Amino acid sequence: MNYFPDEVIEHIFDYVLSHRDRNALSLVCKSWYRIERCTRQRVFIGNCYSITPERLIQRFPGLKSLTLKGKPHFADFSLVPYGWGGFVSPWIEALAKSRVGLEELRLKRMVVSDESLELLSRSFTHFKSLVLVSCEGFTTDGLAAIAANCRFLRELDLQENEVEDHKGQWLSCFPDSCTSLVSLNFACLKGEVSLGALERLVARSPNLKSLKLNRSVPLDALQRIMMRAPQLADLGIGSFAHDPESEAYIKLKNTILKCKSITSLSGFLEAAPHCLEAIYPICSNLTSLNMSYAAGIQGSDLIKLIRHCVKLQRLWIMDCIGDKGLSVVAMTCKDLQELRVFPSVHLGNPAAVTEEGLVAISKGCPKLHSLLYFCHQMTNAGLIEVAKNCPNFIRFRLCILDATKPDPDTMQPLDEGFGAIVQSCRRLRRLSLSGQLTDQVFLYIGMYAEKLEMLSIAFAGESDKGMVYVLNGCKKLRKLEIRDCPFGNMALLTDVGKYETMRSLWMSSCEVTVGACKLLAKKMPRLNVEIFNENEQEDCSLEDGQKVEKMYLYRTLAGKRKDAPEYVWTL
Amino acid sequence: MSPPLLVAEEEGQSNASMVASASSQPLDRFSPNEARLKERNYLGLSDCSSVESSTAPSLSGGKKENLNLKATELRLGLPGSQSPERDPDLFSLNSAKLDEKPLFPLLPTKDGICSLSQKTVVSGNKRGFADTMDPEFPGNAGINMMLSPKPAGVQPTTVKEIPSKVLQERPSPANGTGHNHTGASISGSAPASKAQVVGWPPIRSFRKNSLATTSKNNDEVDGKPGPAALFVKVSMDGAPYLRKVDLRNYTTYLELSSALEKMFSCFTLGQCGSHGAPGREMLSESKLKDLLHGSEYVLTYEDKDGDWMLVGDVPWDMFIDTCKRLKIMKGSDAIGLAPRAMEKSRSRS
Repeated sequence: MNYFPDEVIEHIFDYVLSHRDRNALSLVCKSWYRIERCTRQRVFIGNCYSITPERLIQRFPGLKSLTLKGKPHFADFSLVPYGWGGFVSPWIEALAKSRVGLEELRLKRMVVSDESLELLSRSFTHFKSLVLVSCEGFTTDGLAAIAANCRFLRELDLQENEVEDHKGQWLSCFPDSCTSLVSLNFACLKGEVSLGALERLVARSPNLKSLKLNRSVPLDALQRIMMRAPQLADLGIGSFAHDPESEAYIKLKNTILKCKSITSLSGFLEAAPHCLEAIYPICSNLTSLNMSYAAGIQGSDLIKLIRHCVKLQRLWIMDCIGDKGLSVVAMTCKDLQELRVFPSVHLGNPAAVTEEGLVAISKGCPKLHSLLYFCHQMTNAGLIEVAKNCPNFIRFRLCILDATKPDPDTMQPLDEGFGAIVQSCRRLRRLSLSGQLTDQVFLYIGMYAEKLEMLSIAFAGESDKGMVYVLNGCKKLRKLEIRDCPFGNMALLTDVGKYETMRSLWMSSCEVTVGACKLLAKKMPRLNVEIFNENEQEDCSLEDGQKVEKMYLYRTLAGKRKDAPEYVWTL
Repeated sequence: MSPPLLVAEEEGQSNASMVASASSQPLDRFSPNEARLKERNYLGLSDCSSVESSTAPSLSGGKKENLNLKATELRLGLPGSQSPERDPDLFSLNSAKLDEKPLFPLLPTKDGICSLSQKTVVSGNKRGFADTMDPEFPGNAGINMMLSPKPAGVQPTTVKEIPSKVLQERPSPANGTGHNHTGASISGSAPASKAQVVGWPPIRSFRKNSLATTSKNNDEVDGKPGPAALFVKVSMDGAPYLRKVDLRNYTTYLELSSALEKMFSCFTLGQCGSHGAPGREMLSESKLKDLLHGSEYVLTYEDKDGDWMLVGDVPWDMFIDTCKRLKIMKGSDAIGLAPRAMEKSRSRS
């Protein structure tokens, strides 16, 4: 390869797209490093504090697409106090100052301000795609800036963000000249949008393939929108409640019949059960269905709907479907690959799911590879059978609502069940445990889960050995998050070098002390070891023997960060 | 399984600052005697043998032994300190525990939580599910004073033996900003005494808040839990037949009146069936609107007492609670009410 001119090598590198492969290329030799960095267009940074924006820009001048993740995963569950960090503004400012022609920005769990959005919208003429997932800190004013200034915007995708509604008409800020939209998702917005502006926007966007509305868009507006966009493939319905005898509803039913290209449905944020039958005609085309926000829909209605969905590959649903409903899914959706069953907590619904439903799914859907399952109980026998039927799991996340519940049939811990999963599913990359678990399950994980990259543990284990098994055994481990487990200093300090091979480690309500964290920080200068001290006392000096309530450590080349709030102590 | 390898690793490691051998603990407070370790080790997993055993020894046997030994075991904990029993039936109260009280709770009692439950002085580093229940404070660091590690993994989800008190202590679930939201909702009926933990079950706050909003909206319309339809008859003077509407489909008077306008538009022009061309429909609808706003027609309802009331006086939820049927009256029949209706409809539109 050394004898080829650079242009040839560049051309070959064009075919190498995955981040990992590209990273590997850059390690081969200096010239490959040089060529790779100049041709790299897409960069993924899993922890925004692992590197500085300046360094990123210096290395990849041709950057077009940047993905950044901020807060630790457990921030989703209110375990990270407010103000921890994850601010995107330094990144946008640095990029704006540089000559980078940014076209795509994808953020997850970051704090985004209106000013940043405004700066973003004005700084990059060819900006095409903004995807914000679980972010916060901005309002509809920021969205207005994006709409108004990004002349070639193709994608504006807002997923589960906390957005303050400022009642401005941000949708109306899309100029008439904007006809390039391919994907628009504002389902998470709480406020109203101008329906007229929305309809006109849809009408002048012939490439619009994905549209997800919020709950303020009523059924009759939905009908008019669908009329104008028969090419839609992915639809998120806002409000879906209407008198079934009304004209609007009848019109909608007729319109839906024409939308044969819809393969993905979601939303149903305000849904009345009797309206669901309007969708039956297109169910047979669906490959993806997300009913996990449809609070008003009962299990029986869900089952009736599912019976039509024979091509489903991805299903997100609430547990009111029940075990019986999952049997129907197993019978109907033979191509199912991803299943998420969420708890219908707001209704205290008795018809929740158990191991029965999961076993039924595993029998009927052998292609299943991703699972998120909230259930009331699980048995070892059930897990063993699931492991046998579905050896292809890549993601297996089980959440028993009662976090330390044993196998109800045998009163045993669930070690054997999860052990069977890791032993059978050799491609497993992500695992979340729950139920009563001893150190044994961690032994199994350390031994068998060779490809495991992310592990989430809560209320499990008996001693430091559990954590040590995992740290020793899982060579590919990147993210480890632990809460309320009896793992302490011995486990933490057993292999300090391991943490530089990982992205991050989270430990909360464990047995780790300040002294051990300080020691770790001292030994490993390229780790940031953060302790959250939420004690309200003013003179909180951290004594070595004190237990740490929350610790988050991550590898970094950027050193100690300067934007940490008062309660974060970087050791 | 290759147990020897793992054991060798453990023993071979010599960490300068910490003795990595699993059989002894480096810090003083980690040194409850091994006899105790074994006694409390329900699954029989002692330091080395855990690695070799391929199947966990029967739990019930171990447990039985433990229960018998409990009373006589040598403990370093405080007298009266009680390790929570594993409670197989989550929702049953363990009556035995009601009699036991912590004699010397080591913790300063924080708002009387200690006095409420057995969980306060937990001898063991594995905190049971219930132990982390601490709605008052963000951090739970204070609760677990006994720092000795306990290999007994079977920490129960201890049910509060005085559930009603606990519920009073807890901030009202409906107002809970975040952490106890989900748990509170789960503990609707039977699991009323279930302990609530920050961040458990692991559901994204966005999802929790969003569904809470939805159910609140549903409740506003319904007035009671559950999405049962509320169909009422709607009659119009001069129309040959009545219609029915589901009041749950609407959340404001405006929605209701516009729906009714559309429904009855055909009758005002003396035409049955509103399935005509869109142009004609819109004409009739707007004509009806004009008629209504011109106070030719008035919307009234019959309430639970059988009285005919003007629609629009009371809040929406109260209205659907009391409305039994609707009637679109001619203005001439509603003398005295009509001017008010006009004002009302004008102010609403």
